[in-house]
Amino acid sequence: MKQLSVDHLTGIVDLTRQDIELILETAARFKEVINRPIKKVPSLRDITIANVFFENSTRTRLSFELAQKRLSADVVNFSAASSSVKKGETLVDTVNNILAMKVDMVVMRHPNPGAAKFLSQKIKARVVNAGDGTHEHPTQALLDAFSIQEKLGSVEGKKVVIVGDILHSRVALSNIYCLQKLGAEVMVCGPSTLIPKYISDLGVRVSHNLREALEWCDVANMLRIQLERQDIKYFPSLREYALLFGLDKSLLDSLSKEIVIMHPGPINRGVEISSDVADSAQSIILDQVENGVAVRMAVIYLLAAKIER
Amino acid sequence: MEKQVILNATQLELTLKRLSHELIETHDTFENSVLIGLQPRGIHVATRLKTQLELILSHTIQAGNLDITFHRDDFRRRETPILPSITNIDFSIENKRVILIDDVLFTGRTIRAGLDALLTFGRPSQVQLLTLIDRRYSRDLPIQADYIGKTVDTLTSERVAVEWKEIEGQDQILLFTKEGNEAAQR
Repeated sequence: MKQLSVDHLTGIVDLTRQDIELILETAARFKEVINRPIKKVPSLRDITIANVFFENSTRTRLSFELAQKRLSADVVNFSAASSSVKKGETLVDTVNNILAMKVDMVVMRHPNPGAAKFLSQKIKARVVNAGDGTHEHPTQALLDAFSIQEKLGSVEGKKVVIVGDILHSRVALSNIYCLQKLGAEVMVCGPSTLIPKYISDLGVRVSHNLREALEWCDVANMLRIQLERQDIKYFPSLREYALLFGLDKSLLDSLSKEIVIMHPGPINRGVEISSDVADSAQSIILDQVENGVAVRMAVIYLLAAKIER
Repeated sequence: MEKQVILNATQLELTLKRLSHELIETHDTFENSVLIGLQPRGIHVATRLKTQLELILSHTIQAGNLDITFHRDDFRRRETPILPSITNIDFSIENKRVILIDDVLFTGRTIRAGLDALLTFGRPSQVQLLTLIDRRYSRDLPIQADYIGKTVDTLTSERVAVEWKEIEGQDQILLFTKEGNEAAQR
């Protein structure tokens, strides 16, 4: 009989190891549920959830919506493109207007770092951060940890390298917090322009050599180059990036041990990862997507348990 | 707190044997019948019955565990949420005769949730209920068992605990009587 120590999921940084373990354990039960003939449980029948997306998303939004529907929650979707935000309404006003229609939980993606935390301090509903700019993407980190645990038995003591655009990646930061709290060692690898200067203060190793990093690790999490967030050129060309930091089959096969390949999606085939690696037996990219629904069900279920009646 | 033994180890074994024979009377060779134990405590009854039945029938029978946490009617009504247990049904229940098994039948709410959870796995041809202890006259819902180990008359404030050798160190069923009302019983 445990519960989360937090009322909102704004970032992994706020969670304790016990919280993370509780979420992963609950997610394992939900994974069994979504593989039943009837993939739905009635737990959240009396809960209404708003998915508020101020930034584009296909996978995360779909995953959250499926998770909510499989918990029997009522779901409303809202995207910035069709919203009154364009007419000059503030974030708090927008969300409070949604809450006035009796919504219990808000899942929000926003381009500004800290938006979810800010919102959680201003409104009465539970807030789940579905990505806030270059800051955190907690459910992605949780599903990555869940996938590693499922594949390798545990996260404790494992070596994980995160390769690519660390500077602009919310997935990287959340993953670093989450993996470290679960006792894993983390390395970041990429061109020096895409590695934040003081990232080693977080206790992570830094490498600029992909082969060296891959030889060290048990799991490689290949990130996408977020061109849409890059205001200047951080490397000469995509081709050069692919040659130096792209993972292809010959490099993977030349390693001294088998490593697990992950990617948070969307994949740019031929840039950070080649097609034959993405589709190889070592890749758990599609397991990550499946686990995403189970982990989000667990997060929503555990937060909903703390909503007062 | 006062403690009273409802069934000791010998009586419990005798009861399980009798229940096994009762099941065979109805389900014959268990060709189309399966046992489903309810988590967390009903699974031990199911395991014991499975062993007993296989001993008598000398062939294996199908059995699974079902967790009902997500189907409970007291979500957000409890102080602390219940941690779900493992569901483990690696066979189809479609058109099977299912024997739902729990240790204590009290308000009937667990069984109600169990029926709902069970039906997400398919459409059984029949569902029967077996309980080791039936706490008579304390039902909240119109649910009765088909096979009963022992019927007891208890007060709501009392608590029935089924203990097992492999967990508590001894096979026995106890009745705890306490001044005042204790917290939720299930």
